[in-house]
Amino acid sequence: MTAPGWRNRGDAAYWAFLVHRISGLLLSLFLPLHFLVLAQALRGEAALGALLRWSQTPPVEASEVALVFLLAAHLAGGLRLLFIEWGGWRAEAQPALLALSGGAAAFCALAFALNLF
Amino acid sequence: MSNAAATRLWLAQRASAAVLALCVAVHLATMILAVRGGLSATEILNRTRGSSAWAAFYAVFVLSVSIHVPIGLRTVAGEWLAWRGRAADLTCLAVGIALLVLGALAIAAVTR
Repeated sequence: MTAPGWRNRGDAAYWAFLVHRISGLLLSLFLPLHFLVLAQALRGEAALGALLRWSQTPPVEASEVALVFLLAAHLAGGLRLLFIEWGGWRAEAQPALLALSGGAAAFCALAFALNLF
Repeated sequence: MSNAAATRLWLAQRASAAVLALCVAVHLATMILAVRGGLSATEILNRTRGSSAWAAFYAVFVLSVSIHVPIGLRTVAGEWLAWRGRAADLTCLAVGIALLVLGALAIAAVTR
């Protein structure tokens, strides 16, 4: 982390930047595992089914909810960045955009959790 | 890296982000709805097997991810680890190729 970035830690947009970057890193670590799990279906439905049944434990399901939050947060944060880059920086719109991004991510994670449990 | 190459990477990152925005929105909605009542291999494969529409959707998804992720990792490597240059570029390219191959395997597994 660079010092100039850390000096902006009082700014909500800095935390949005951190969430976007860390969620992207964690999702990029998860993706190969996700693909490998799905690829188990090459060995038949039973192989994929066994892996999915193994995943139905509270710690793994909690991780899935966290992953849904990370994915939704990265999407919402990315849309905010595209909006800024294409529409221009409007300082007065940032609090609403940040709140909307966080709310959308929380909504997706909660909806997933409510359906999962 | 030349300015033209850096601009191409920036454009590829933003274009893939725009495509991924749509793909991720569909993926999130599918996951939230599909997980109701428990997720099983039968449920997943009944939805995707033999479906050229899902195969095409996931192909676009995986291709966009394989472009978006390595460019993002390259930026993070440069800014947070000060790791730049040919080795960093080739490593990120390898990550992209690995994601493309693994993603293609996953698509074949669930849609064939």
